[in-house]
Amino acid sequence: MIRVVLPAHLRKLARVDGEVQVDVEGAVTQRSVLDALEARYPMLRGTIRDHVTQRRRAFVRFFACQEDLSNEAPDAPLPEAVARGTEPFLVVGAMAGG
Amino acid sequence: MSGIRVLVGTRKGAFVLRSDGKRGRWDVAGPFFGGWEMYHLKGSPADPNRIYASQGTSWFGQLIQRSDDGGTTWEPVGNEFRYDGVTGTHLWYDGTPHPWDFARVWHLEPSRTDPDTVYAGVEDAGLFRTTDGGKSWHELPGLRTHESASSWQPGAGGLCLHTIIPVDAKRMFIAISSAGAFRTDDGGTTWRPINRGLRSEQIPNPTAEVGHCVHRIAMHASRPNVLFMQKHWDVMRSDDAGATWTEVSGNLPSDFGFPIDVHAHEPETIYVVPIKSDSEHYPPEGKLRVYRSRSGGNEWEPLTKGLPQQDCYVNILRDAMSVDALEPCGVYFGTTGGQVYASADAGDSWAPIVRDLPAVLSVEVQTLP
Repeated sequence: MIRVVLPAHLRKLARVDGEVQVDVEGAVTQRSVLDALEARYPMLRGTIRDHVTQRRRAFVRFFACQEDLSNEAPDAPLPEAVARGTEPFLVVGAMAGG
Repeated sequence: MSGIRVLVGTRKGAFVLRSDGKRGRWDVAGPFFGGWEMYHLKGSPADPNRIYASQGTSWFGQLIQRSDDGGTTWEPVGNEFRYDGVTGTHLWYDGTPHPWDFARVWHLEPSRTDPDTVYAGVEDAGLFRTTDGGKSWHELPGLRTHESASSWQPGAGGLCLHTIIPVDAKRMFIAISSAGAFRTDDGGTTWRPINRGLRSEQIPNPTAEVGHCVHRIAMHASRPNVLFMQKHWDVMRSDDAGATWTEVSGNLPSDFGFPIDVHAHEPETIYVVPIKSDSEHYPPEGKLRVYRSRSGGNEWEPLTKGLPQQDCYVNILRDAMSVDALEPCGVYFGTTGGQVYASADAGDSWAPIVRDLPAVLSVEVQTLP
């Protein structure tokens, strides 16, 4: 079970409170976690990754275990603590407001 | 008794304003989608309870929301706007080729006859359509692949398709900043530029076939060959479905502006809001004046009663004016200062419905039975 923390706007869009949990089969990576997340909450498609390129949207960040994983390869393994479910995978809206 | 519903899109959410047919007292609901930019909301003429809304932010991209109960509750529908086939390039601000790249939906135009059919005008300029109530969107690529498209260049707001006027199953008008106006006569398969008569000193050839920064086009449904245009500078009209245009700026204090609209019952009565200049996006002399022409242009009268006549420096964006279908015709517009003004007497007098919303991006009015 992978724990995912969404930013407030996406929690509201997905109509969830707090963390969400998704099951991932096989390697736990950004791509597999986001695939599972979007399968469970289809309304999130296009909000974290671009529909066409599947690349992270520019003002979205991925954090875990106090590390910025935003620029890691989508198929790189996430930290073991995320894979075990002891730490969440954080989807964060970047500081780009005003 | 008839009712009025005003759908307001702002920089930080959507609002639904409701009144009875007297249009004197208003109920304000919202914000819906607080924190999101709501570029446009529009109801289906075929089913007024069906409303579509364009929702987005720089963080999380584009969403489309749909309401089936007049704006009380909403559901997200499809948000994938994928250009059809090879996307090609248009010109970037610096004149270099730039790949077509979807940014946002500027305008949603529901079909007059089918609540499940909606056209979407997007940035970078393209025209999409859904026929399943927003679940899926498909491009009408004939416009984006027009032979002139590689020369289209964005205006300051982006290369946006902002005006969609379906006339019948075959004919439709659209406008793009800053490519110009286009018309299809075969249901969107092929398009032709309709910019003859426009003159823009901001482009190398002021009378070029494409490249004009059209801000808005309006048409009265009873006269589909007559179009009115607010261009970057100049107010224009066409009496031949866009084949040729003539300037009707007349005695306006400035012919720069964004919205233009037509009275619901008088097809020669039109409204604009003059703005000082292309860099000074506020009313001349700090006086917020709607100008009305009862002669289809050239002769204009200022409408000021109830509008601030000093120290007013707001803008009125291209999609932020609309009319109702009551008698007398109601006219509505929203400002970047967050006011939504309404006139229940065709513009003779005005009063704010709300004063302190986020910057208003769009105003659409539904006249309910």
